[in-house]
Amino acid sequence: MNEQQQSLLKYSRFKPWEPVLWLLAFAAPVLVPSHALIINEIAIVGLFAVSLDLILGYTGIVSLGHAAFFGLGGYAAALFAKLVMPDPLVGLAVGIGTAALLGFAASFTVMRGSDLTRLMVTLGVGLILLELANKLDWLTGGADGLQGVVMGPLLGRFEFDLNGITAAYYSLTVLLLLFLLLRQVVQSPFGATLKAIRDNRLRAMAIGIPVNAKLAMVYTLAAGVAGAAGALMTQTTGFASLDLFEFHRSADVMLILVIGGTGWLYGGLAGAIVFKLLQDFLSAITPQYWTFWIGLFLVVLVLVGRERLMRPWTWFKRPSSAGSKA
Amino acid sequence: MLTLLFDGIAYGMLLFILAVGLAVTMGLMNFINLAHGAFAMAGGYITVLLMQRFGVPFLLCLPLAFLGSALLGGVLERTLYRPMYHKPHLDQVLFSIGLVFMAVASVDYFVGSTQQIVQLPEWLKGRTELGSGAWMLGMGHYRLFIIAVCAGLTVGLQYVLGYTRFGSRLRASVDDQRVAAGLGINVNMVFLSTFAVGSGLAGLGGALGAEVLGLDPSFPLKFMVYFLIVVAVGGTSSITGPLLAALLLGIADVAGKYYIPKLGAFIVYSLMIAILIWRPQGLFVRKGGK
Amino acid sequence: MNAHPIHPENAETVLSAQGLVMRFGGITATNNVTLNLKKGARHALIGPNGAGKTTLINLLTGVLQPTEGRIVLEGHDITHLAPHQRVQRGMVRTFQINQLFDTLSPLQTLALTVSQHLGLGTKWWQPLGRNQQVARRCEQLLTQFHLTEVMNQPTHVLAYGKRRLLEIAIALACEPRVLLLDEPVAGVPAGEREELLQTVAALPADVSVLLIEHDMDLVFSFANFMTVLVNGTLLTEGTPEKIANDPQVKAVYLGHGKEVDHG
Repeated sequence: MNEQQQSLLKYSRFKPWEPVLWLLAFAAPVLVPSHALIINEIAIVGLFAVSLDLILGYTGIVSLGHAAFFGLGGYAAALFAKLVMPDPLVGLAVGIGTAALLGFAASFTVMRGSDLTRLMVTLGVGLILLELANKLDWLTGGADGLQGVVMGPLLGRFEFDLNGITAAYYSLTVLLLLFLLLRQVVQSPFGATLKAIRDNRLRAMAIGIPVNAKLAMVYTLAAGVAGAAGALMTQTTGFASLDLFEFHRSADVMLILVIGGTGWLYGGLAGAIVFKLLQDFLSAITPQYWTFWIGLFLVVLVLVGRERLMRPWTWFKRPSSAGSKA
Repeated sequence: MLTLLFDGIAYGMLLFILAVGLAVTMGLMNFINLAHGAFAMAGGYITVLLMQRFGVPFLLCLPLAFLGSALLGGVLERTLYRPMYHKPHLDQVLFSIGLVFMAVASVDYFVGSTQQIVQLPEWLKGRTELGSGAWMLGMGHYRLFIIAVCAGLTVGLQYVLGYTRFGSRLRASVDDQRVAAGLGINVNMVFLSTFAVGSGLAGLGGALGAEVLGLDPSFPLKFMVYFLIVVAVGGTSSITGPLLAALLLGIADVAGKYYIPKLGAFIVYSLMIAILIWRPQGLFVRKGGK
Repeated sequence: MNAHPIHPENAETVLSAQGLVMRFGGITATNNVTLNLKKGARHALIGPNGAGKTTLINLLTGVLQPTEGRIVLEGHDITHLAPHQRVQRGMVRTFQINQLFDTLSPLQTLALTVSQHLGLGTKWWQPLGRNQQVARRCEQLLTQFHLTEVMNQPTHVLAYGKRRLLEIAIALACEPRVLLLDEPVAGVPAGEREELLQTVAALPADVSVLLIEHDMDLVFSFANFMTVLVNGTLLTEGTPEKIANDPQVKAVYLGHGKEVDHG
């Protein structure tokens, strides 16, 4: 094994803190069972954010409509449970599959155009899904949402109960499995070509990378994972509402990813933890005007510089003039 | 049907006035400003508050709305927006979303979330009808007023852009900032004044539109898409592009909601996506331009 | 340093641009250009600034679609192929202004390029460093281009000279049969030019090279055939000796007072 191979492999090896982090995550529902519900939420939102990282952090597509896949996965799973069968795993698969299909179709809309065009188009897709869910109220329950989504026992044995422990473990397990999958993907040659597309699309084409084909693949994958998060959401909370498709969901998940840091997968998880805990804390203080503080946070975050957020020692230094990449 | 066309044109012209500032600043500063709707909202609320609390007549409120929003825009440009110009687009998006959230929550806190009602003066209420049957043209007087004001502003804008020194400085800065600065054009001033005027126009549009489009704290979020559609489809290299795009959008939206109410806004969004896929630079961009 | 024998007239043409026209609105950037690149050629494309040389490269590589004309690569009409498809058929270019992957290191950049070239670009289950063949090829390229010491640094911190070397290295990682070099030594300090030139000169004899350059010393030492482009139109072409002595070319491009010493 030459020096080059060693360097490359070092980059993709599991760091020592990773298994520790996951062990802690899985111990949490048992250690603090009263917080099982929020642990569940954090896992779901984290998964959603990680799926966005795939297209935003690794491929460089700024999307304002990622909630479309989240909502579609959620509604698909909920409807499946109500109309076909209540098995959670099959429902999860249905949610993933439906969202992935939409992702594939939507990928054709982000292949051409500037950042602005893509922003518009992703926003448009999100809004269309919201409109559709609203108008097809005979199916989706419209503004009232789908109530009474009752899930069967997980793997035939673990009932979903009110204390949320089963739900938390369900979400954490799905999160871990999908996370490992995505981790594998972004470390692979395929993942490297995504980063190439992000950094310099022109050069990526000039070394033979079929950019559009890759975009379709990653968009489909990201949509599927977002759909999984949505499915987990409706399955563990027992209902589906239009809120899943709302613009603020797309904006929030982008904020979460940015807080944690784009382009390193764990950023989605870190951001989810910080965001959810912050939201819990602030909502207790100012329940109604939570969006104001989020807005202020965003403005300050960007003015100060995103990459400095997770490095508190840089907060009071002057920003360097050498531009750091987005 | 003619009435629909008329209503669509009125809506389109209103959208144009609301969005033209965004088109110009996007072409000029290459800045994705999703908070543009907040300036429109500001104009609307200034008008409503002046009318309700201070009894200021409607017509006087319009220029005041313009001035108020322009002032707000100028201050924000100088303080907050300027450091953002060279940041990546993602940062600009996050920044402007943050501003919108703050604006929406602030208005909600200070004024409340109910729909604001604008009491139009008597001479603007009412309707004239020409012709009869299927070819009847029903013209609401207020919509006539809107068309008149917006048409006048459009002509004024074209004049300023095409025939004044400021206009040529602006066009030079849009084409190539560095060269313009090298020619001695004070690009910072151009940015500041353009942004202020653009925001002022948005405020005026918000004031005009309060009666037609409704006014509540969620205004910037609800209409943000429409403004962006006008800019994305119309392009940022002229003002006729956004004008045509706005008219197209206005007519399509009104007609769509009338003929196929079940699908509503769905048509507009799909149309937009289709257009942007077909011509990513916008429908009305001159060849070789930005 | 003209080490290349003049290629025989009947060497096969590997890349042929036939009657290429490129119009942008009112401007004709490329005016009915026909250019044939022979196998193993060291073919230089010269002309004053704005002559349309980079436009021609953009047309050949598919970044631009010609208004009229055809492009034939190794016997296949590639006029309507996407840029990445042309690369997959063996035609690779470098850019006048470095086009690099700033957040990736030279090692990662080359590894992904080699992987893509070897058809591993869709492998998602193996880490980037797993394939030994890729790693060995990276070692070769890094050594050849003197990038080994900086191989793990993100590209955006590298000095310009190193970035330029990486620019060329990426192209060679694709194992091109046809290589289009757009001003490879532009901006490279005089001391490092030799290094770069030697690497270019050491290319395998069966790789056909089209070179755009302004440095006349480089051009005359490297090329065995030259095409002169002025205002998007082909002025003349021929061996370096012929070009050096052509009065038209002298007037338009080489300028007065420049002695071209070929006997």
